[in-house]
Amino acid sequence: MLEQFLQFLVTGVTVGSLYALVGLGFALIYNASDVVNFAQGEFVMLGAMTAIALLGAGLPLPLAAIAATLAAILVGLLLERFAIEPAQGASVVTTIIITIGAAIFLRGVALLLWGKDFHALPSFSGDAPIRLGGATVLPQSLWVLGVTVLLVGLVRAFFNRTLLGKALLACSFNRAAAQLVGINVRVMLRLAYGLSAGLGAIAGILIAPITFSSYEAGVMLGLKGFSAAIVGGIGNPMGAVAGGVLLGLLEALGAGLISSGYKDAIAFLFVLMVLFFEPTGLFGHKAAERV
Amino acid sequence: MRLAGFYVFAAVVALLPVLFPTNYFVTVVGASAGLHVILAVGLNLLMGYAGQISLGHAAFFGMGAYASAILTTRFGWYSLLALATGLLVAGTVAWLLARPILRLRGHYLAMATLGFGIIVHVVMVQATRWTGGPDGLAGVPPLNLLGWAVEGDLPWYGVIMAAMLLTVWLSLNLVDSQVGRALRAVHGSEFAAQMMGIDIGRAKTQVFVVSALFATFAGSLFAHQQAFVSPDSFNLIVSVELVTMVVLGGMASTFGAACGAIALTLLNEWLVVFEDYEMLIHGALLMVVMIFLPQGLFVGLSQGARRLWAMVPRKP
Repeated sequence: MLEQFLQFLVTGVTVGSLYALVGLGFALIYNASDVVNFAQGEFVMLGAMTAIALLGAGLPLPLAAIAATLAAILVGLLLERFAIEPAQGASVVTTIIITIGAAIFLRGVALLLWGKDFHALPSFSGDAPIRLGGATVLPQSLWVLGVTVLLVGLVRAFFNRTLLGKALLACSFNRAAAQLVGINVRVMLRLAYGLSAGLGAIAGILIAPITFSSYEAGVMLGLKGFSAAIVGGIGNPMGAVAGGVLLGLLEALGAGLISSGYKDAIAFLFVLMVLFFEPTGLFGHKAAERV
Repeated sequence: MRLAGFYVFAAVVALLPVLFPTNYFVTVVGASAGLHVILAVGLNLLMGYAGQISLGHAAFFGMGAYASAILTTRFGWYSLLALATGLLVAGTVAWLLARPILRLRGHYLAMATLGFGIIVHVVMVQATRWTGGPDGLAGVPPLNLLGWAVEGDLPWYGVIMAAMLLTVWLSLNLVDSQVGRALRAVHGSEFAAQMMGIDIGRAKTQVFVVSALFATFAGSLFAHQQAFVSPDSFNLIVSVELVTMVVLGGMASTFGAACGAIALTLLNEWLVVFEDYEMLIHGALLMVVMIFLPQGLFVGLSQGARRLWAMVPRKP
C-alpha cells in the first residue's frame, strides 16, 4: 500500500512539474498583457513535435531540442506581433477567442505537417527504471523534475535579480507607470510571449519520451496548465508552479485510488472547489474592484 | 413595430422550404443551423446581456440530449415527458451552480465553466452503463408530438424552426422586460446596478438558468433528430463554437447571435471540402474576425452600413 502510494507520488510530481511549467507560462503572459493565452498548450505540442521531426531528419537530440525550443519561441513572438498586438484593449471574451483561434490554427498547421499519427521521442538517458524505496522511477522523470526545478529557479532569479526581469514585473503591476519610467512595454510583452513559449516547448520535449505526442496533445496540457495558474492565483508565477504540482499529485492519486477514467474530472472538480471557496486562487491577491 | 425584425425572420424561415423543398442546404443544414440558433440565442442572454462568459455550455446541450436519449431508449418514456424531465434536471443543476459560479469574474469564470463542461463530458464518456460510453447511444426513437412521430428532413425542419422561432421570440421579449433591463445594468456596472436596488445574484441566476434551459431544449431535439447521441457532440470544441457563434454575430443582439449561428454552421459545412486544411482555416478566420471586427459580423457590418448611410449627401 505504501509502495503504491509512493508510486502515485512519483507519477504525480512528474506530471505536476509539467503542469507547473505550462502554468508558469500562463502566469508570465497574463502578468505582462492581461491575456490568458489558450494557445499555451500548443507551444508544448509544437516543441515536442518539432524536436521529433528534427531528430527524424538526422539532428542529434540536444541540437534538435534546442532548435525546437527556438522554433516555439519564434511562434510565440509571431503570435504576439500578429494576433495580440493588433487587438490591444479588447475585452476578455475577445482575447480568449483570439487565442483559442490561434490554438486551432497552430493545431491545423501541425496536422498538415505531421498528420494525425502519434510520435515519440527516445528517452534522454535510457529506459532502465531506477528503484527508489518501493517505487520505480523512470530516468526521464528525473529529467523532468531536474529541468523543472532548474527553470523555475532561473525564472525566479530572473524576476528578482535582473533589471530586465524587474522591468517585466513592473509592467505587470502597472503598465502605464512602467512606460512612464522608460520601460519599453512593447518589448517586454514580446519577451513574455517568447519566454512562455520557450518554457512550454521545453515542457513538451521533456514529456515526449513518456507520453506520446500528436497534433492534439497540447489541448489537455494547456487546460491543465491554465488550471494550475488559476489554482495558484492567476498572475502569481510561483503560485502557478505550486498549483501545477498540487494538481498533478491530486490527479495521480485520484487515478490510482478512485478511477483512472475519471482523473480529468477529479482535477477539474478540485479546480471548481478551489474557485468556489477561494475565488482568487489559493495563493492569489485579494483585489478590490475599482468602481 | 418592436418585433418587425422577428416577423421578417419568421417569413424567410417559412418561405425557404416552399421555394427549395429538396435543397440540402435548406432542409438539412437549415435544421442544424436552427438548433445552433437556439443555443446561441440562449448563450447570448448570458454573455451578451449579462456579460458572463460560459465555456461549458455544451454540457447543458448534452444533458438535454442524454436525458431524452436515455429515458426514451432505456426506459421507453414518452418523448415529451423525457424532454420535460431533461429540462427539469438541467435547470436544477444550473440553478444550483449559478450562485457559486457567477460570483466569479473574467478568467476565473471562464475556468470554472470550462471545468464544468469537461466534468460533464468525462461523465458521458465514463458512465458507460447509462450513456453507452464513447460509442454513444443509438436508436433514439423519433420525437412523438401528441401522436405525430416526426420523421424525415422536411418535418424536422418545421419542428426545429418552430422551436427556434419560439426561443427567438422569448429572447426578444425577455431582453425588453424588467429582467432584461436589470441584466444590462449588471453588465454595465454591477456596483451601480446594486445601488439601484437590483438583486445581482438573483438576476444572474435567472439568466443562467434560462440560458441553460434553451441549450437543454436544443439538446433534446438534437437527440431525436439524429436518433443517436455520443460524447463527441458535447465536448469542449462545441462549447467554444457556441461562444464563437455569439461573438461572431455580435454580442447583446438576439439577431446578431442568430446570424453568428447561421454563419458558423454554413462555414463548417463549406470547410469540410478543405479536409485537412479545415482546422487551419477555421482558426485563422476566428482570429481575423476577432481582431478586425471585435463587435462581431452583424454589429460591425450594420454599424459600417449606418456610417455609409450617414455619409450619403442629402438635401437640406
